[in-house]
Amino acid sequence: MKRVVYREWRIPPERYWSLLGFLAALIGIAALSFGYMEHEGHWVSGMNNSVVWGMPHVFAVFLIIAASGALNIASIGTVFRKPIYKPLGRLSGLLAVAMLMGGLLVLVMDLGRPERLIVAMTNYNFSSIFAWNIFLYTGFMAIVIAYLWSMADRQGGPFNYPIGILALVWRLALTTGTGSIFGFLVARQAYDAAILGPMFVSLSFAYGLAVFMLVLMFGFEEEGRPIGPRMMRRLRNLLALFIGIALYFTLIYHLTNLYMAKNDGLEHWLLLSGGIYTFLFWVGWILVGSLVPMWILYHPVLSRKREWIIGACALVIVGGFSALYVIIIGSQAFPMALFPGHTILESGFADGVNGAAAPYWPTIPEILLGVGGVAVALLITAVGVRVLQFMPESLADDVVAPDEETLDAAPFAKPV
Amino acid sequence: MNENATRIASTSDETPASTVDAGRRGFIGTAAGLSAAALVAPGVFLHSVAAAPRSEPVTDSVRWGLLIDTAKCADGCSACVDACDRENGLDLQEPHGSESKWEHQKSVWIRKVKLQDNQTGRITNLPMMCQHCEHPPCVDVCPTGASFKRADGIVMVDRHLCIGCRYCMMACPYKARSFIHQNTSGQLTAVPRGKGCVESCNLCVHRRDHGEESTACVDACAQEGHGAIVFGDLKDPDSAISQRLREIPSRQIREDLVLNTGVRYAGV
Repeated sequence: MKRVVYREWRIPPERYWSLLGFLAALIGIAALSFGYMEHEGHWVSGMNNSVVWGMPHVFAVFLIIAASGALNIASIGTVFRKPIYKPLGRLSGLLAVAMLMGGLLVLVMDLGRPERLIVAMTNYNFSSIFAWNIFLYTGFMAIVIAYLWSMADRQGGPFNYPIGILALVWRLALTTGTGSIFGFLVARQAYDAAILGPMFVSLSFAYGLAVFMLVLMFGFEEEGRPIGPRMMRRLRNLLALFIGIALYFTLIYHLTNLYMAKNDGLEHWLLLSGGIYTFLFWVGWILVGSLVPMWILYHPVLSRKREWIIGACALVIVGGFSALYVIIIGSQAFPMALFPGHTILESGFADGVNGAAAPYWPTIPEILLGVGGVAVALLITAVGVRVLQFMPESLADDVVAPDEETLDAAPFAKPV
Repeated sequence: MNENATRIASTSDETPASTVDAGRRGFIGTAAGLSAAALVAPGVFLHSVAAAPRSEPVTDSVRWGLLIDTAKCADGCSACVDACDRENGLDLQEPHGSESKWEHQKSVWIRKVKLQDNQTGRITNLPMMCQHCEHPPCVDVCPTGASFKRADGIVMVDRHLCIGCRYCMMACPYKARSFIHQNTSGQLTAVPRGKGCVESCNLCVHRRDHGEESTACVDACAQEGHGAIVFGDLKDPDSAISQRLREIPSRQIREDLVLNTGVRYAGV
């Protein structure tokens, strides 16, 4: 094993600047979309009084949970002492901060009164998980920045492990907190489930790693840095495992709902007759986002091909957006059980008359705002790797650690 | 007030004394006059003082609530909805977008709901609004504390603190809250509204704070002759609402959530 050398991302300037220009253009368009929605009011969005959180939240929540998931790679290297992952720690931390920034920006830009952000930072209601999350998000950024320092600075070395543990615990709390935003709402059947907290953690593992792998492969490919088969095998297997864990939680969530008789209607609607939501659940979330990538990643031949691995990662991300669309929007579209045992025949407020789902179609400004958040995350990452030493020069097999255990560690017990 | 009381008292005093036992009759007359003054005066006094804006903080000595007798709520009548819209300036909202979109985006503080019992087919009409829970989920989840419950039980939104995150709308089991999706114009002084904030029924809080005795929906329903809605203090055992609640069976919507709502329904 050779010494790992980190180096700035030195792709040709024209290539770099065109990438930045493209991302900046997306951000500019998102800023215009924000201005339009803020100036005109949310009526230009597809959101309404039934579906109050729309497409921007799908993007924001995806970025936030993927951010915490992206940090896993660093945690595995530091906390779980797998040296093969150590060279990836810096990029993992950078991507985590960048995606969190992107997600939070989208969230803030979608507020009815974004100019009152200062109110949200000076008035706290601590019975609200939302208020806790403000601290979880800001704390995450501070901790990950300290984590990056401990990885990159010689003086930070001794602090690397404790900061790594703190970062791991914090990211678990953060994603549980994000899931709990939905998981403790008694009003809506789909959200009255504490399992959403751990389920979001499991989803974050998969989405964060998929994004990380794509960024890693793109960054290395652009500059001709090598990634060895051993590293790819590790990441690939890990992604497949994470998809499996996410599927497990998805299964348990729905089985629990099916077991509870009062949620039969919800499950029937979601799994069989929910239109776009049923389609996105089965095709987007389960098939395209979970089963197909798992098949690719475990396939003896395809799993060795770079393009197929990239495809699997992209499918996981597509599945992630489908899943969050179903979780966030589908769960709101299903009519609330205002009067159990009754059918609402008429209502002046679209209360799910005759069991009808609430309408919602994302509008272009909402989608562009969300895309802007992704662009912010990628822009921060691109600038970060360009100006600082975040990426190792090589991840070839002769550079990365040969074994996942530290070689100099004393064995726990010697065979007699 | 004293003028009024004196006027009533003196009117009674002018009763002509008969020749028989004039002193006794005069005494009774004076006593009656004084009693009348004593009875009327506090009311007049309270009214004249309470008509001014309330300057003391609200206390939990009262808990405002509504009782809705669905048996009296008429099919097709929207008097309460119209009155609420007028009282709070919601009728000043201008439609935005397509008609169907506007239907889902406009602010609604009170709406008529027509229900059918799945088992028996029985039809019920009722008005739905913020249920003014004792333990409001909207207040729990609001990150800034904009969604709050007053000591007198009224749940409302502080428009200076509301950042428009809409989490309270996600949490409300009654779908009682609306988001102001568009610019507002011509709003009423007593009911400030603004784009990007959340709002809902506040039991005509401006009336509460000026000492008036009912809400717009209650008045309108009574005017229509239905009298399906009773407003009052749930803590006062002698209030009309408390008395009526003792007389007829009532329930809370989504009683399973144990939110102890201030709005009760009979006949659902």
